[in-house]
Amino acid sequence: MYATTYHKPKTLAEAVELFENSDEPSYLSGGHTLIPTLKSRLAAPAHLIDVRNIPELSGIEVTADRVIIGSATKHAVVAASKEIKAAIPALSGLAGSIGDVQVRHMGTIGGSTANNDPAADYPSAVLSLDAIVHTDRREVPAAEYFQGLYTTALEPGEILVRVEFKIPEIAGYAKFRNPASRYSMAAAFVSKHTDGHIRVAITGAGNEGVFRWTEAEELLTANFSAEALEGLTIDPSRMMGDMHAPADYRAHLVAVMTRRAVQNLGGTHIL
Amino acid sequence: MSRITITVNGTPQTRDVEDRTLLVQFIREHLGLTGTHVGCDTTQCGACTIHLDGKAVKSCTVLAVAADGSQVTTIEGLAEGGKLHDVQQAFHEHHGLQCGYCTPGMIMASVDMIRRHDGMLDEHTVRHELEGNICRCTGYHNIVKAVLDAAEKHRAAHAVAAE
Repeated sequence: MYATTYHKPKTLAEAVELFENSDEPSYLSGGHTLIPTLKSRLAAPAHLIDVRNIPELSGIEVTADRVIIGSATKHAVVAASKEIKAAIPALSGLAGSIGDVQVRHMGTIGGSTANNDPAADYPSAVLSLDAIVHTDRREVPAAEYFQGLYTTALEPGEILVRVEFKIPEIAGYAKFRNPASRYSMAAAFVSKHTDGHIRVAITGAGNEGVFRWTEAEELLTANFSAEALEGLTIDPSRMMGDMHAPADYRAHLVAVMTRRAVQNLGGTHIL
Repeated sequence: MSRITITVNGTPQTRDVEDRTLLVQFIREHLGLTGTHVGCDTTQCGACTIHLDGKAVKSCTVLAVAADGSQVTTIEGLAEGGKLHDVQQAFHEHHGLQCGYCTPGMIMASVDMIRRHDGMLDEHTVRHELEGNICRCTGYHNIVKAVLDAAEKHRAAHAVAAE
């Protein structure tokens, strides 16, 4: 890791000011993507601004129709929340399936959502549950938030403060993991919202990161069952292909995981 | 450079460190506590697992400066008065190690696991919860037996305490 200077602001205003007045700054949350990146010298921010001590970024609130999670909330805390488990069990299970126990004790929902790794879990829930991403300066709907690999609507210096999920009528999450890295090779978050609309969000597979599989949504709108998806395939040219899985294999996994998510509504199916 | 104080195994330790210093470097190189190992250095193998404010974390992926003011427990802090911790004793009795490199991390992860589950563990859960700790000798079988034995002792001790 190259030399860097660490800062621990206590307010949003202080953090933004530090960012704007520093050369080559980066925000730091749980650090479980950023620190490995720094260690391999793929990034070299001169200033690390740790946002975890900012009070607005903490806390979980569950209302009649929303689950609101502060961005510095750790995966283990989301997974252990009885309120979240009661409201959206698939979201609770997703959080409990990220990495391993030690990783979940450090990694945060805000870090995952801001980084938008194409194999990250949370972006699928954010997109499927029509979430609103609250920042220090505005509210961004999920449909506008994700903009490709590692790319989001966040502007330089903008801080993700909390994520507001809509509580669906029912949702399910199915994931096929790489057996070594434990990152998803294909995962589907399927939601049926209270007004009846369906969202199918796919992560781990798409060559532009998380995306909505609208063809699956249309079939599920007509018939909300795994049988409705029989025979539906996705174009492998939309998939990532790498040493872990070629594009046609990922395309196959996307279809299987989407069906499995529908077969496991109200929970998760993690392979 | 930053001056930080981390309480390690009950003793406050103040040092001047570069901001890029990892917590595991602070523990091993600044304090000389080499029981915590570095295996993969990529947050996967779990050999560097310690307790940070009571929770198992991988100390190769935490900045020491971010842990300023925290409580850390390492493998050296488990035994009390020359008596091994129940989990250490169980690993000894069940031969829960081969080369021993992963053992400190396995034990720190197991202590955290038993505490979180209040000792209510079965084999499936132990294997699942140890997914963040890799034994390249593949000696998992006796590790799992050791964790289950220590979990049972934990339950028994708490049952006695409750009476």
